[in-house]
Amino acid sequence: MYPSEYLYSREHEWVRVQDDVCVLGITEFAQQELGEVVFVELPEVGQVFDSGDEVGTIESVKAVAEVYTPVAGEVLEINDAVVDDPELINEDPHQEGWLIKVRFSSAADLKALMKAEEYEEYVKSGEA
Amino acid sequence: MASEDLKRTPLYACHVEQGARLVEFAGWEMPVQYAGVIDEHRAVRTAAGIFDVSHMGEVRVRGAGAEAFLQRLTPNDVSKLASGRAHYSGLLTDQGTYIDDLLINRLAADDFLVVVNASNAPRDFAWIAERVEGDAEVVDESDRWALIALQGPKAKEILEPLSPGASELRYYGFRQGQVDGRPALISRTGYTGEDGFELYVAPEDAPALWRRLLDAGASPAGLGARDTLRLEAAMALYGHEIDETTTPWEAGLDWVVKLDKGDFLGRDALAAQKAAGVPRKLVGFEVDGRGIARQGHAVLSAGGGERVGAVTSGTWSPTFEKALGLAYVPPELAAPGTPLALDVRGRQLAARVVETPFYRRAR
Repeated sequence: MYPSEYLYSREHEWVRVQDDVCVLGITEFAQQELGEVVFVELPEVGQVFDSGDEVGTIESVKAVAEVYTPVAGEVLEINDAVVDDPELINEDPHQEGWLIKVRFSSAADLKALMKAEEYEEYVKSGEA
Repeated sequence: MASEDLKRTPLYACHVEQGARLVEFAGWEMPVQYAGVIDEHRAVRTAAGIFDVSHMGEVRVRGAGAEAFLQRLTPNDVSKLASGRAHYSGLLTDQGTYIDDLLINRLAADDFLVVVNASNAPRDFAWIAERVEGDAEVVDESDRWALIALQGPKAKEILEPLSPGASELRYYGFRQGQVDGRPALISRTGYTGEDGFELYVAPEDAPALWRRLLDAGASPAGLGARDTLRLEAAMALYGHEIDETTTPWEAGLDWVVKLDKGDFLGRDALAAQKAAGVPRKLVGFEVDGRGIARQGHAVLSAGGGERVGAVTSGTWSPTFEKALGLAYVPPELAAPGTPLALDVRGRQLAARVVETPFYRRAR
């Protein structure tokens, strides 16, 4: 269910690291909780964030979820496909539903994140 | 809150069976969705959906003095309500503001069933019982009735074989008869803007009726879809468009108030506000910018600075695929076409006043 090569945050974001770039999205658990996504707000390319900053919002009919970046860095790319078709986030949250790519400045930010098995436990435990 | 503390309707097992997502609402454990809010919403608009609304409250008012009592307690004209008919009304404070909105069903000359919101049921019963006057008795019948709302263009073709003659009921008419061989009060009312029925049955008969309606083609629909449907139809929800700070005039519910019928609780305050003019008006709006405005978001003045009103309900509409909602604004901003600036989480969103209801069913 949760790709083993990703890292996961307690706020239900996933991160895929490729050298000094992170791809970021929300997890299967998060999209299920939200319901059908109808609106996505993403940052602009070039914006710089600190670890833990809010980078965007994902809205369903009933709810708004803030998206936080676990890593500090600069936004390199945003996924226009989900802006045009927000349901991609429900259909394929871990691949096609990616949100942003960030060039991150500190590998230390990744240390706080969970591996796949730990994240699965976290979700199952009901504390999520 | 532990789920053992929440109340469950007679249909709880059915919801679990169908994999409903359950949430707390007004002290009850209720289905917010089954297949998904958007799918359920569209099923009601194009075919038929069923809602478990058994958590709503029912208050029976009976006696030779029942009509006179309700006439003095509520703003609409009970003397004009014929047997077998319902009307939409409210409980108002002496300031003319809302304790709750409700339906009054007249079963007979001296017999009324008042149906109130789940969120206010205990308070409403106490309000009514504390004010009883004359030859009238007030009984809380909430536990006696389960309630299933069958709504959508296919509702009547689904119900007719189970309750012959039901499709002849006029809108806001009801009859006491049977559905699928079990006693029921069948009312041609609803909270979706579609044709449909509200079926009042004994709690022990509810699960079999629910399953029968599913077999006949109705889709289960939860509180999420109930909210998007009623909002498209611009129907008020207590705690949003109406509450103890709002009068029927402000909420655009003028037709509920019959000042000329005689004295009733809140009449003097309503007459005074009518003469003075309302300080704010409820309007519908569509969002032009990118984003969804929701309850509590501010309406800003034209200069863009000051808060002059607030959104009472807002959502993304499955029928129109855009964000829309209802808001209180100063009367000078209430005309359709007026541009509005909404403050959504610190960001300004452009919107525009539009006529309501947003959705009207084809007749």
